[in-house]
Amino acid sequence: MRSVMTGNYASAYGAKLARAEVIAAYPITPQTSIVEKLADFVATGELDAKFIPVESEHSAMAACIAAETAGARTYTATSSQGLTLMHEVLMWASGARLPIVMTNVARAMAPPWSVWVDHMDSVAQRDTGWLQFFCQDNQEVLDTIIMAYKVCENAAVMLPAMIIEDAFILSHTSEPVDVPDQQLVDSFLPAYAPELKIEPGKAMGFGSLVKPDQYMEFRYKAMLGMREAHDRYLRVEQQFKSVFGRDHGGLLDRYRCGDAEVVLVCAGSVAATAREVVDAMRAKGTRVGLARIKAFRPFPQEEFKELASKVEGIAVLDRSYTFGAAGAMFSEVKAAAYSAHRKPVMKNYIAGLGGRDITPKILERIFADMIVVSKRGAEDEVEWVDVAGLPRRWR
Amino acid sequence: MPTTIPEEEFTYPGSTGCPGCGANLVMRYMLKALGERTIVSIPACCWAVMPGYWPSNCLKVPLLYTAFEATGAAISGLRAALDLKGVKDVTVVGFAGDGGTVDIGLQALSGAAERRTDAIYVMYDNEAYMNTGIQRSGSTPWGAWTTTTPVGTTHGFKHEPKKDIMAIMQAHRIPYAATVSVAHPEDFVKKIAKAKDIKGFRFIHALAPCPPGWRMNPMHTIEVAKLAVDTHIFPLYEIVDGQVTITRKGKGLPVSEYLKLQGRFSHLTPEEIEAIQKAVDAQWQNLLAKEKSGT
Amino acid sequence: MTKSYEEIPLTPISDSPSTITITGLWRVMRPVVDAKKCKKCTICWKFCPDAAIKLVDGVPVIDLQYCKGCGICSFECPAKCITMVKEGDQ
Repeated sequence: MRSVMTGNYASAYGAKLARAEVIAAYPITPQTSIVEKLADFVATGELDAKFIPVESEHSAMAACIAAETAGARTYTATSSQGLTLMHEVLMWASGARLPIVMTNVARAMAPPWSVWVDHMDSVAQRDTGWLQFFCQDNQEVLDTIIMAYKVCENAAVMLPAMIIEDAFILSHTSEPVDVPDQQLVDSFLPAYAPELKIEPGKAMGFGSLVKPDQYMEFRYKAMLGMREAHDRYLRVEQQFKSVFGRDHGGLLDRYRCGDAEVVLVCAGSVAATAREVVDAMRAKGTRVGLARIKAFRPFPQEEFKELASKVEGIAVLDRSYTFGAAGAMFSEVKAAAYSAHRKPVMKNYIAGLGGRDITPKILERIFADMIVVSKRGAEDEVEWVDVAGLPRRWR
Repeated sequence: MPTTIPEEEFTYPGSTGCPGCGANLVMRYMLKALGERTIVSIPACCWAVMPGYWPSNCLKVPLLYTAFEATGAAISGLRAALDLKGVKDVTVVGFAGDGGTVDIGLQALSGAAERRTDAIYVMYDNEAYMNTGIQRSGSTPWGAWTTTTPVGTTHGFKHEPKKDIMAIMQAHRIPYAATVSVAHPEDFVKKIAKAKDIKGFRFIHALAPCPPGWRMNPMHTIEVAKLAVDTHIFPLYEIVDGQVTITRKGKGLPVSEYLKLQGRFSHLTPEEIEAIQKAVDAQWQNLLAKEKSGT
Repeated sequence: MTKSYEEIPLTPISDSPSTITITGLWRVMRPVVDAKKCKKCTICWKFCPDAAIKLVDGVPVIDLQYCKGCGICSFECPAKCITMVKEGDQ
């Protein structure tokens, strides 16, 4: 069914089609319409689920963890302050090997207060053991929720996943979205049936105390689950394509990188703008490409290693910043490129924090700068884009 | 002579609780009353450690370990999943210490109570953060020594009165709340069995004497629990649909009988003990008044 | 003995009874029951925190593998038939 809807509604429809069974959530701008829509679905009986209006995000995740342990497919959604409040229990969810799926509406962290987009909240969770998928449009949001359940509930993965949609740009902007048939989704995604679950009559303790002589082996297994997620996602996406007729470019969505001299790496909705800029620049004869990070976790290590050995320069646009270091995505791309045969010149552009608009002109200038830098080398490896008071003009 | 409480055990020996652990008895009596179709959620606390290192489990029922502040949320999630799956006749229990209930766990407790989560929340109260080494909690009584309210050279001790968790639960207008004592197992079991048959959010406050934390001889655990009731420091009562009913009047012994068995009160001056007596008397009168007025 | 990562479950699931922990080794004092004085009131069984007392024909049999020697049974016994002796003494 073709429809026009916001990213938030796409999330809600994704969770509904995936037949989420227990939804525990707490409102926060700009996630609220996800939760409201799901409450609606439950109230009208369209979705057979238990909706728990918890009293905080920490409790939202704690309730999902308990429900998932009892064998229910759970879903929640949050943003920014809520996501970071959950941090403790995000780690619990992955350590407990529970395939919970959550939408995070990527929003800047306070202070200063901001309700607008950036990726610091999401990037700050990269060590939690969650799969992380950044989406560039609302269709991808809906599709990825369904795919995530299938990937994560596989016995060889059993890790939670967050689907990230940019605040307001996706969450509150309406786009055409194809809402697949429930029957088709059911044929693609079976019911959640974990091997082990907490149930009356079986005296088992879930999550006990483990001594130093055994803890590492549990973490190693979790690592294997995340490693498996890489290939399994690609297989699931292929299956998705054969059932629903579309895919979203794999873990690293490459556009016109084949013969590119310079490639821009970025994540989220800015990639959709960057695509247009690539076309415009290509039309003028500049060989540029775009590599969109769809999966930040598991990080597309091999894909980047391969890309690095083919291009002159890689510009990494981080919509976040790791203070005391560099942009998180930049650092990881650079690390992946380190083992490539040829090392491209690399530069980090910090842009779009707190919802600062990243315009086509800014992207053009980033490309142009990178082209120069790839021949000359970078003076400063990290540059903050469009900060008032800095000499360079970007607009 | 037949036993006065159900004979079947739902706990194994070999738990790593201290000798004379009151909390061990709380779990033992609770499970005797609830039986096999019970799922227990336990946050960080003494009881998170007592079942032993993996793969040891001293409970004969399923157990979910959770983060410290999460008990209220966990029981809500458990109940939702069980209901959705059509799993009936299971008692969902949140079993937490005083710290994980009145302090860090208060928000989740309040949320679960407000949402009328169908579960029993049992707070075993050893009156401090015992698992981490006897630090004060909101439930530590006025006058007690703890490692974070040390006596030192300035005659330190906890200067704030104990949080009244039963009053907090009453304010949530839950169907059933009760205090229970390990010194009165028959009453304990009876109240749990009563709670089991009520739907909605039920709260049980169990005093759990702690020999190392209270600085007492482990053989006095039951005696101290008995004195807590008889001195009116820990009265036994129920709150059924908001109505207070005292279930054991207690002998009305002086508080000094209770305090003198515990090293954590040994620094108190006669004036301070008198202050405790006055406060306890006032609270007891308050409770009697509540019972009389029907609030 | 550390188990191989292939032999452990995904998450630590405890399903072995705690009886693998011999808490009787903690004991400093040991309870000794004088069965002749025992009135079979079952109070000692009732108050044992560790469920380490079994009733055999109403008489308490203390499982010394697990008894921690807390002394509650001795203190609470109305017939005073349980004595705490120093572990190692007869």
